[in-house]
Amino acid sequence: MTDFLQLLFSGVATGSIYALAALGFTLLWQASGTINFAQGEFVMLPAFLMLGFAAFGLPLLPAFLATCLVASVLLGWAFKRGIADPLLRHGLMPIVVATIGLSIAMRNGVRSGYSAEAHPFPSLFPDQLLQIAGVTVTVGEIGTLVLALALVLGTQAFLARTVTGRAMQAVAQNTDSATVLGINVPRMILYTFVINAVLASATALLVTPTYLAKFDMGESLGNKAFFAAIIGGFNNSRGALLGGVIVGVCENLAAAYVSPVYKDAVALVIFMLVILFKPQGLLGRRVERKV
Amino acid sequence: MTHRINRRANLLTLGLAALSLSAFSLTAAAEATLKIASIQELSGGGATVGNNFKNGMDLAIAEINAAGGILGRKIEVTHSDSQSNPGVAKGLAQKAVDDNVFAVFGPGYSGSMMVSMAETRRAEIPNFTGAEANAITAQGNPYVFRTSFGQATSMPKVARYIAGKLGAKSVAVIFVNNDFGKGGRDMITKALGDLGVKVVADISTDAGQVDFSAPVQKAKQSNADAIFVYTNEEEAARALRELRKQGVNKPIVGETVLTGQKVIELAGEAANGAVAHVGLTVDAPNPLVGKFKDNFVKAYKYVPDHNGIKGYTSVYIMKAGIEKAGKLDRAALVKALHGLKVSAAKEPGVLLDLSIDDKGDIDRESFLVEVKAGHQVVKEVLPALSAAAPAAPVAKK
Repeated sequence: MTDFLQLLFSGVATGSIYALAALGFTLLWQASGTINFAQGEFVMLPAFLMLGFAAFGLPLLPAFLATCLVASVLLGWAFKRGIADPLLRHGLMPIVVATIGLSIAMRNGVRSGYSAEAHPFPSLFPDQLLQIAGVTVTVGEIGTLVLALALVLGTQAFLARTVTGRAMQAVAQNTDSATVLGINVPRMILYTFVINAVLASATALLVTPTYLAKFDMGESLGNKAFFAAIIGGFNNSRGALLGGVIVGVCENLAAAYVSPVYKDAVALVIFMLVILFKPQGLLGRRVERKV
Repeated sequence: MTHRINRRANLLTLGLAALSLSAFSLTAAAEATLKIASIQELSGGGATVGNNFKNGMDLAIAEINAAGGILGRKIEVTHSDSQSNPGVAKGLAQKAVDDNVFAVFGPGYSGSMMVSMAETRRAEIPNFTGAEANAITAQGNPYVFRTSFGQATSMPKVARYIAGKLGAKSVAVIFVNNDFGKGGRDMITKALGDLGVKVVADISTDAGQVDFSAPVQKAKQSNADAIFVYTNEEEAARALRELRKQGVNKPIVGETVLTGQKVIELAGEAANGAVAHVGLTVDAPNPLVGKFKDNFVKAYKYVPDHNGIKGYTSVYIMKAGIEKAGKLDRAALVKALHGLKVSAAKEPGVLLDLSIDDKGDIDRESFLVEVKAGHQVVKEVLPALSAAAPAAPVAKK
């Protein structure tokens, strides 16, 4: 039983990491109809930015804030102006292809421009062990879990309860009516992209101590996050959390009780089951969209 | 009609002239330098391995060239990046063959080496490698030469330590599911079996795996006396962290990778207490190795791991081979390398006395190290396997 709990908790901790990255997917989709396949790289780049600021002598938290600023401009504003704006009016497919291309460019840019090796990353939390009911957990895991949860619920509340958040949702659902209602559509979309960039920076801060800063760290993270977002429901931020945790836990249990060889297939199997039986995702709502 | 024939003849002579001209310029260029190709994992999973090997090679080449080259020829090296991908490595080996290089160095990943060495073998070009999978020299390719121990040499040394000094009766093996990991798993299982130690958990992990909670859990459940970890650098760091996290207090033993510089850097405190057998370490109690370390740090601003030493010594092993052969001829070099014995007193660049057998496997003394306070500390110097048959004091316990 203790073993099961240990695996379960480790899975939840890993899952909360997937959930944070998945949140970016659902957010961009909800507010602007963009699917960003470079989401994993959007986490990788801030990790290296933080390392860069740290190299200039900044402590971790100021380095994080500086990174949020740079990321907002680079991964928020510039991404929107340079890629999303010109391509979105041509439909979904061009932007999907463009973001896949962007992810490759970012990965190889960091590889050849900085380093192909893995770099250690300072942890936000002390490296301390706790024993809870026979289960060993680190303070870092609990911290990651709590912060991830807070970020997901905070984003959800922002979208649902604030005027700006509701305006952003209105823009996503119907751009024309939103314009008629006097909502500043371009500004709302820009907010979404900036929030996504900040969330990605926060994800980087939380996951990089485990993942290690490496040019390809975003690859598997992006994939798992995409699966998690689909499983949970692409149009629901809480779905991202649920999907992430499900993927993390199932992976861990399968590795221990079935075979480690099939670990990576687990997310894919759940993904297919969800697509077959509940295509809108576990928490997603059925939405009619013009195609 | 005759006119046309004439024209054709003219074209022919012109072509022949061009051919002989280019052949002439080729030999002229070849006379000036000794061209070698280096195929390394400069990016991807093996980036740490490849970059260390490359820097080590460059250091040796600069030294040799500054001292006048080999038999009067300066070395000219072309580095290329296999991206840790066997397919790319094979293509680069083909390119090296097309470039008609004198020798090929790398790749260092066993999976890549297994496919790329067919190319150099066909072209009869000597191929030096840091790859350690047993199968590489076991298949009788006469053109392959190791720059470090193969698993058939290193694993018996590790097994001797586990059965002897640790007195373990059962071992859990955590290995990475690739050619390198599987080869190591097979060899350690056999070597432990020979000494009467049972492998009670055989745990496979993926290359690039992030979460090690399940594998470590399995190792814990097996209740083995010791845990043997055999993965690549990043995964080893993650495994060490998870082992510490789950409070495993059994001895953690590895072979070379587990106590490497990069692993220590990535794992932090969790690396302390890990023990490994290493064929090469910059912390070896040896003045030549110390001098190499200083020169390397001066040139590249970081402390190399064993791959840096492999790269450095590989060039000097080639030099010793060529000088023994007395001429720049590939067949003569291959013949000279088989059965080569080099002493560090005569050729300081090899750092440690070494011998190469008829399969291309290398033998020399090696070290047992433990990580203490973030540094490799040499616990014991183990004699060369060939010299060690009676001198296995640890096995008698």
